[in-house]
Amino acid sequence: MSEINKNDNIIEVKDIKKWFPIRRSFSEIFKGKQRYIKAVDGVTFSIHRGEIFGLIGESGCGKTTTGKLIMKLLEPSHGQMIFNKEDVTHIKKEKLSQYRRSVQMIFQDPYASMNPRFKIKDVLEEPLIIHKMGKDRDERMEKVKQALLKVKLTPAEEIMGRYPHMLSGGQRQRAATARTLILSPSMIVADEPVSMIDLSTRAEILHMMKEVQRELNLTYLYITHDLSTARYFTDRIAVMYLGRIVEMGDPDDVIDNPQHPYTKALIAAVCEPKSGKVNIVKEVPIKGEIPSAANIPKGCRFHTRCPYAKQSCIDNPEPELVEVGPNGHLAACSRYIDIKSEHPVL
Amino acid sequence: MNENNEKILQVNNLKVYYYTSKGTVKAVDDISFFLRKGETLGLVGESGCGKTTTGVALLKMPTPPGKIAGGEIIIDGQNIVELSEKEVRKNVRWEKIAMVFQGAMNCLTPVYTIGKQMMETLTEHKQMNKEDAKKLIVKYLNLVGLPEHIVNRYPHELSGGMKQRVVIAMALFLEPKVIVCDEPTTALDVIVQAQIINLLKDLKQKLNLSFIFITHDLATEAEVSDRILVMYAGKVAEIGTNQQIYGKQGPMHPYTQKLLKATPRIHEKVDELSFIPGTPPDLLDPPKGCRFHLRCSEAMDICREKEPQLIEVEKDHCVACWRCTKNV
Repeated sequence: MSEINKNDNIIEVKDIKKWFPIRRSFSEIFKGKQRYIKAVDGVTFSIHRGEIFGLIGESGCGKTTTGKLIMKLLEPSHGQMIFNKEDVTHIKKEKLSQYRRSVQMIFQDPYASMNPRFKIKDVLEEPLIIHKMGKDRDERMEKVKQALLKVKLTPAEEIMGRYPHMLSGGQRQRAATARTLILSPSMIVADEPVSMIDLSTRAEILHMMKEVQRELNLTYLYITHDLSTARYFTDRIAVMYLGRIVEMGDPDDVIDNPQHPYTKALIAAVCEPKSGKVNIVKEVPIKGEIPSAANIPKGCRFHTRCPYAKQSCIDNPEPELVEVGPNGHLAACSRYIDIKSEHPVL
Repeated sequence: MNENNEKILQVNNLKVYYYTSKGTVKAVDDISFFLRKGETLGLVGESGCGKTTTGVALLKMPTPPGKIAGGEIIIDGQNIVELSEKEVRKNVRWEKIAMVFQGAMNCLTPVYTIGKQMMETLTEHKQMNKEDAKKLIVKYLNLVGLPEHIVNRYPHELSGGMKQRVVIAMALFLEPKVIVCDEPTTALDVIVQAQIINLLKDLKQKLNLSFIFITHDLATEAEVSDRILVMYAGKVAEIGTNQQIYGKQGPMHPYTQKLLKATPRIHEKVDELSFIPGTPPDLLDPPKGCRFHLRCSEAMDICREKEPQLIEVEKDHCVACWRCTKNV
């Protein structure tokens, strides 16, 4: 069993930003203007050792970009990342390779993340070769077998000789998990690991991931758009909107008692398998559509869609995360107390 | 729920087989159901259970190498399986039954404006002049909650939810009686999903439409469907009303029960989510007896030997399971 040590942060992310430049028109070059897509726009959080941290949001909110920044697949434009008390914001070469050994990633699509011409044993052996681990092929194969056993992909010997297309979606995601485990990482970034897997086996994969996590005392960053599985799977969640975290805390607190209007709308929109809702039109307290990340609204970035927004939300600078409840429940809404007694205006 | 008992669509013993080089895949194997006027029927099941195959077969356009191998599809008193392709094109498809395809974002051509694509349907089917067609387009765009100026936009300029609305508007054009929606909300974000579901409910009431709503998600189905049809490996496992499936009593077929248990509920804290061990059977060579027996924890000897029939256990509630029907 793993213990979450709240004083021991495996990773700290401080005000990290990723701005992608937009190609300029002639007149913009002439005027020296540059516009950006602000995919991640000032995100701060830390993950405790042995914790499962969920990053939740709609498509385009910057959750995957945050995951890629942590994997160091992208260079941050601003901010700092501290891993195991060491600054890893701009590491290169040797250090980067070392870092990648400790932080591994599970991708969304188990169909696309494996070379179809590789057998499972080759897929799993590749990281060992890249990181020069294991003396010879026999030793590496032994490691591959152990990793497959850890994710309960049995019979391991037989699976090793198969090609990815011969496995089901669930089995492939197990193999993908085994591939990340093979380098004995301390942290795993899982980007929507179950969104492409059938509902009936989704829970099985999450269950396996949790078991492995407990057994090996791993830390997960779980990126998803699905609040319902996040509640079951994670120890802490952060809700993102347009490149910023708007609410963070224990999943039970955030889901049962959301404070930010965006989180409220998100939770209201989730379908539940209960009877008697067919003829009722569901009320989702949110307006319009998500603005472009190239043109983020002034003031609170949620004000264009917020049913509680006042002029002050536009005029005042962006609200920061403040404590709104027990167990470190944070929300970035300047009117979170007032809106408790207000009705949403759509 | 609409108490009008008029059946607008009746499917009898429908079989859709895929003739592949490895053999015949019985993707939809002898299924029967009906749809009442003004009702939404939900088709649920895991991927590969034949729900999309059923959906496209209803428009008589199975994806090759698939073919309708038998059975009847009766829309408005007419068996469309017997009709020639020409007649179906002219009188049935889109006129009587329309479809909203899976991944609506991919079924609009990127090189035409929205207006031009919508115009095509109208000029092809109704020989309408451009002025009238334009008026109609605007009417339907407003109906699905989109502004007029969208007609001059290209698909890439719209968001996922807007494209989905355009596709729904296009399905409504010729005032069909039945609309088949294949996973209309799956690729969308939760908030947009809720908006589209609300739109479909609204249209159903305003226009008295009948829907077939295909999805893999039992939670979405609970919000939209009056009756739910659960498919497993090309067969109907259970059909019941919303109340019968999601109410206190719960579903009867072990598969539906397990699927419902595996569906996470946001407002309930659970320590372990349950799942169904194993994978669906290969339809090239389906198992003998009940197709679910390999994954069923309650399987009896008879389940391995004989296939259970779909039997009505109470009004509107049919189950194909030996355990549930032995007393009936």
